[in-house]
Amino acid sequence: MNYIFKRVAQSGLVLLVVGLVAFSMFRFMGDPIDNMLGQERTQEDVERLRDELGLDLPFPVQYWHFLSDAVQGNFGVSYRQGRAVSEIIAERIPATLELAAVSAVLAISLGIFLGVFTAIRREGWLANLIMSTSLIGVSLPTFLIGVMLIYFFSVYLGWLPSFGRGEAVQLGFWSTGFLTVSGWQALILPALTLGLYQMTLIMRLVRSEMLEVLRQDYVRFARARGLSERAVNFRHALKNTLVPVITVIGLQLGSIIAFAIITESIFQWPGLGLLFINAIQFVDIPVMAAYLMLISVIFVTINLAVDLLYVVIDPRLREGGK
Amino acid sequence: MALLDIENLTVKFPTRTGVFVAVDQANLSIEPGQIHGLVGESGAGKSTIGAAIMGLLEKPGYISGGTISLKGKSISGLDKASLQALRGKQISMIFQDPLTSLNPLLTVGDQLVETIQAHLDLTSGQAQQRAIEYLELVRIPEPEVRIDQFPHQFSGGMRQRIVIALALCSEPDVIIADEPTTALDVSIQAQILSLIKELARDKQVGVILITHDMGVIADTTDVVSVMYQGKVVETGTTAQVLGEPNHAYTQSLISAVPRPDEKMHRFPLVSYGGRSHEFNIESLATSWKKVDIDPEKPLFEVSNLTKRFLKKSALLPSKQTFSTAVDGVSFNIQQGEVFGIVGESGSGKSTLARMIAGLYPTDGGHIVFDGQDITNAKDLSDYRRQIQMIFQDPYSSLNPRMRIDAIIGEPAKHHKLLSGKALQHRVDELLEQVGLSAAAGKKYPHEFSGGQRQRISIARALATQPRFLICDEPTSALDVSIQAQILNILKDLQEHLNLTMLFISHDLPVIRQMCDRVGVMQNGIMVEQRETEALFTNPQRAYTQELLSFMPTLRGIKSA
Repeated sequence: MNYIFKRVAQSGLVLLVVGLVAFSMFRFMGDPIDNMLGQERTQEDVERLRDELGLDLPFPVQYWHFLSDAVQGNFGVSYRQGRAVSEIIAERIPATLELAAVSAVLAISLGIFLGVFTAIRREGWLANLIMSTSLIGVSLPTFLIGVMLIYFFSVYLGWLPSFGRGEAVQLGFWSTGFLTVSGWQALILPALTLGLYQMTLIMRLVRSEMLEVLRQDYVRFARARGLSERAVNFRHALKNTLVPVITVIGLQLGSIIAFAIITESIFQWPGLGLLFINAIQFVDIPVMAAYLMLISVIFVTINLAVDLLYVVIDPRLREGGK
Repeated sequence: MALLDIENLTVKFPTRTGVFVAVDQANLSIEPGQIHGLVGESGAGKSTIGAAIMGLLEKPGYISGGTISLKGKSISGLDKASLQALRGKQISMIFQDPLTSLNPLLTVGDQLVETIQAHLDLTSGQAQQRAIEYLELVRIPEPEVRIDQFPHQFSGGMRQRIVIALALCSEPDVIIADEPTTALDVSIQAQILSLIKELARDKQVGVILITHDMGVIADTTDVVSVMYQGKVVETGTTAQVLGEPNHAYTQSLISAVPRPDEKMHRFPLVSYGGRSHEFNIESLATSWKKVDIDPEKPLFEVSNLTKRFLKKSALLPSKQTFSTAVDGVSFNIQQGEVFGIVGESGSGKSTLARMIAGLYPTDGGHIVFDGQDITNAKDLSDYRRQIQMIFQDPYSSLNPRMRIDAIIGEPAKHHKLLSGKALQHRVDELLEQVGLSAAAGKKYPHEFSGGQRQRISIARALATQPRFLICDEPTSALDVSIQAQILNILKDLQEHLNLTMLFISHDLPVIRQMCDRVGVMQNGIMVEQRETEALFTNPQRAYTQELLSFMPTLRGIKSA
């Protein structure tokens, strides 16, 4: 309990600090009044707006207002689109989350499966082939993989669309591409591009951890007790490799969501990454601040979940870090 | 017909430089209910025989000849699947280290139940019931509760009991116990060995007990086979092999075992096979700088030394809880004396040594060296030059990426005693004095055996010409023959150079041979402190008596 409480408190602290950084963007990137009022303004307008927006208040009070608004999901109004930032983000977030979820599932399931396979059949030709191929996945940059996939599947074969999200269906506030054929078709290439690197990373990590664990005495002892290969490899060995593996998976999952920017730009995927790129081009600070806060909430939540998972997996962590 | 019959077993390991014959035409036969000891030094091929029987030889090793038959049926040529069916069901194994042989993420119950269900056709309820029965059999208290606990919630001795329960629960005919008590304290060792003896008799299981410890062999086994370089050189009843050994190797091996019953001047060396490294004490003594000191005054005084470790941290000091590792320990050591500290693991021996070496700050008490209080002193460099430490594990105490001459020269260089040519000269000299050649200085630690590495550690400790040596279990990782060499070197140092030593060990016979006075530690407290002979012949405290009673003795050996 103590452990969980500590982790939650630490996460809260991280969010406060990120909030401070996001908030100070408003102050360091020009005067918001300048941005909001046009060329033809009077000093009166300026004073009135300053008072209305509370910009004459001391910094900590302003920060407090920003925080309490942010907690309620109110991030102000986009400079460029003139709509509420929360509304824009709510519109964009399903696309990014669906893309991230599919590529994460791909990366984790294939990564763990191939990692275990290459560790068990260490000498086999297939395992060696997979290992050599995986080097390509690690060393090629995402944009190149994306462009190559587009060239091969969209331009050369003409099987899959090269951009957009296909047809989306609106379910309440959530727009999903999972329910249409064109939605799935459009999802394949970006999900592959985004997940490939993570998959090879997870695979290589699982393999090396697994090789380490297979050398341990308890694995030899499990064999000596006559347990089946499957029980030894999965029940005894794989579970013991999971603690370092989920640490990395947690971090990677965060970056799948946060750094989908490149993939989204290549495929013109209407998600948060594209929104952020456009916001930077137009110095749309409220959108940038909201994006920053959102990503940090996602990161912190995933890492908190990972920390709690450790406790579920490893009984040694259950009583006060003995 | 014997239960397990091994005939002319040969195991080979192809390596880059040629084929290494790990086991060479070995013959063994085990009867039901019998404990068959397999003794020899590390690398003699004992564990390889065990792995060959189980079909668990590490690649690229393979059985190149001979047969292994169980109840008259050959099992050495079986395929993978039949071998797996055999493992556990008919032959089980117990490993050396109970801390690593259980899966840390599964409860002991899970591990028992899965093993039982892999071999016997039982429902999970029945398997659970059976698991509890087996925990009871190996005397785990409250088995119904403890079955749901994880390995880390058990002590080392209890874990080895659980390992035994795991090996037994599938009702095998043969158990191979590979050094089952080497990682345990003497008192726990005695319990585990008597448990193995009892179970072998009651269940009529044949046991192969692999060990390098002659005391364990003498106490536990019915029949013993001695192995040397892959060959079984002698087999016979335990009394016969230990009492009247036929083979020259067995004779020298037995004579090298430190005697628990009598103090001898020097350790007899294992002379078989023509291995002898001369330690040149005369040459070392001529170059040694002697320091004169009043022989009446103790060189080293420790009073009321205390060390506490934080168990639970909290913001408020009153909420913090501590465990006291060393609690008010006091003793003196005279110039040229060897003071021994003995105790079980966790009794605070090593913590004490580290405080004395200045590696841990103290939480109370004083350390006075040569009339100077060095407790938490700011500048310890002069003190540190005069004390040096020899560690237990010669594998991890030498930096694998440094050359031997750099390792040995480092303390002298650090204390700015020598540099350049003079340093190199000293290092070469030291290497020759500890029985290695000066050419060894150009090599790296992995090119040396355990015994040679421990000689390197000694050379490193001697580089600053210290007056005080702290030896923390210096031989517990070594074979008997190597142990005898190292202990003789330490004895020579003490006699010829008048070195003072603090000698820490859990091995009572070694303590008896090495030390002038001994302190017995239990739970951080020094319970008894006396002259060695007086302590061994007439222990005063109950704990000391108990500890001495667990000491394995070589029965049937006439005193030399």
